[in-house]
This record gives sequence, structure tokens and C-alpha cells, in this order.
Amino acid sequence: MSAPGGIQVTVNGESLLLPAGSTVADVLQQLSLDTRRVAVEVNLQVLPRAEHSAHRLDDGDQLEVVTFVGGGAC
Amino acid sequence: MGSDPFVIAGRELRSRLIVGTGKYPSFQVMREAHEASGADMVTVAVRRVDLKARGPENLLDHIDKSIFILPNTAACYTADDAVRTARLGREAGLSHWVKLEVIGDEKTLYPDIEGLLAATRALVREGFVVLPYTTDDVVAAKKLEDAGAAAVMPLGAPIGSGLGIQNRISILLIKEAVRVPVIVDAGVGTASDATVAMELGADGVLMNTAIALAKEPVRMAGAMRKAVEAGRDAFLAGRIPRKMYATASSPLEGVIGR
Repeated sequence: MSAPGGIQVTVNGESLLLPAGSTVADVLQQLSLDTRRVAVEVNLQVLPRAEHSAHRLDDGDQLEVVTFVGGGAC
Repeated sequence: MGSDPFVIAGRELRSRLIVGTGKYPSFQVMREAHEASGADMVTVAVRRVDLKARGPENLLDHIDKSIFILPNTAACYTADDAVRTARLGREAGLSHWVKLEVIGDEKTLYPDIEGLLAATRALVREGFVVLPYTTDDVVAAKKLEDAGAAAVMPLGAPIGSGLGIQNRISILLIKEAVRVPVIVDAGVGTASDATVAMELGADGVLMNTAIALAKEPVRMAGAMRKAVEAGRDAFLAGRIPRKMYATASSPLEGVIGR
């Protein structure tokens, strides 16, 4: 179900429409996320930060974007 | 008094008290409590970024730069999820250390030892320094050490329960059985509980709720610092044997009227 000329990806369970050729760095920028504070998984594989701006997304890609939050156990 | 270094996987820590970052009334109180605790290692959870309601404040802005950040896999119920979370934590924090949790039961938050062992093996193969949160079971502790854990972290009582060390013998047995550091993780309610853990010979204590949910977290953090130090000193000093009857500590000679 991609938009014409675009791709649809899932970020943390939410659908996101992007122009074809978008990279992980583009997604983080669109979401106003500080790349130094997050980690990204694409289709269950961690994507190293150095590859964010080179990694182009495909239609249907599943992204997880995580950060650190307060916690001790569980 | 000689030096008494606390070393995990080659990293020397100044404090034998390791604390959490959850449940504090505010980031400001957390920061002050961290300082009062003297801890130089704190644990943090790895979670999805909330895309809808994201505040401007980030936890990491409120942790002193001199403190080592230990990502954890809290709330993971399978070895696979714990491994994925550890990898994400490493990428987000550039640390290859992880406080490994694989939970097996929602009510008790007891660890799933099978999953814990599987995840420990997998992460050690990937070069992680793995600190597993485990039951107070000497067999599980030995298996985790054999699997390559850099320390074992038996619970004193269920997470957040504040019940104190429920089975002192178990902690003693684990300390006797493994060579890696033993850190009592979970169950501490108040300062004396931390002291008991240290008097038993534990190498360190990890706690979150007992400080964060105290009426005065900063004061409790200071109390815990002293409790851990006192317990360690008492352990090293060597306690007197327990005896059934009294033994006078004043001379028996020269008592008037005899």
C-alpha cells in the first residue's frame, strides 16, 4: 500500500509515508530526533549510526527507534 | 586499612553501590540522589521513543558525565528480546555492558533462568560484558559464571518489594561458589538491608526503588551510601562469633564488696 512515488514504513508501530529514496537519517530528521541519543533497528537488525545517512529504506521496512529512559529493573 | 578495589570485568568502581534512574519524582531529585549515593555506575532502561508525546528533556542530560551508564534489558520476557535490547543499548550508548534481565513471571518478576542463560551465552559471544539479574540460586549462579557472565546479580527479594535479604544462606553460598563479583540486585527496602547484603560478603548492591520512592530520596541515597560502606567494613573487619550466653567485657577482678 505505498503512496504513488513514495514508500510506506513502520516506525515504532506507526505508519509513515516517505518519498522514495528516503534514508534512516531522513526519518530521524522528520521526527525531530537527536541522532546521538537514539538507536535504530531496521527489520530486527541494529543499524550503526554511521550508516543512517546512507541506508535507503524500502517499502514495508519496519523500524524501531529507541532511547534511554529511567529504570532500575523491569 | 588496605585498599579494597571493586572491579568488574577490568573496570574499577569507586562505589559498591549501583543505583537506578527510574521512579524519581523529578530529574532534579534523581541527580541530587545520585550525587548523595556516591554511585559511579547507574542503570537505565531502553525503550521506544514516544513519537507522539516527546518531552524536550532527555534522561541522559541529567546523569553526571562522570557516571558510567549501564543499559538494562528490563521488561524483556524472552532471550531474543533481551539480546535485541542489549544490542540497541550498545548502539545508543556505545557501551558493550548490559544488565541482563529475562523475566519469567509478571507477578514476582522472577528471572527465567533458561532464557537468562541462553541470552548470556549469546551476548558473551558478541563481546558484551554481561551482568545477569538472577535468582538467589547457587546452581544458576554457577551456570551463569560458566556461561561467561562478568558478575552475578542475585535478588535479595522480589524487585521493588523492599523486603530485604530473604535468604542470607543463599547469598553466602553464591559468594562461596563463584569467583566473579556478586552484586545483590533487588529487594532492598532500607539501609540495614544493604548493610546485611554487604556483611554477607556481597561485592556490591544495586537498588532503585528503595531510594527513588523514599519520602526523601536524597537523604535515603546518603543513608544507602553509608550502609554499604559500613557493611563492607564490617565484613572485612570480621565479626565476632555468636554465643549463647553473656561474656563480660569489664575485668572480673577488683569489684567492690566482694
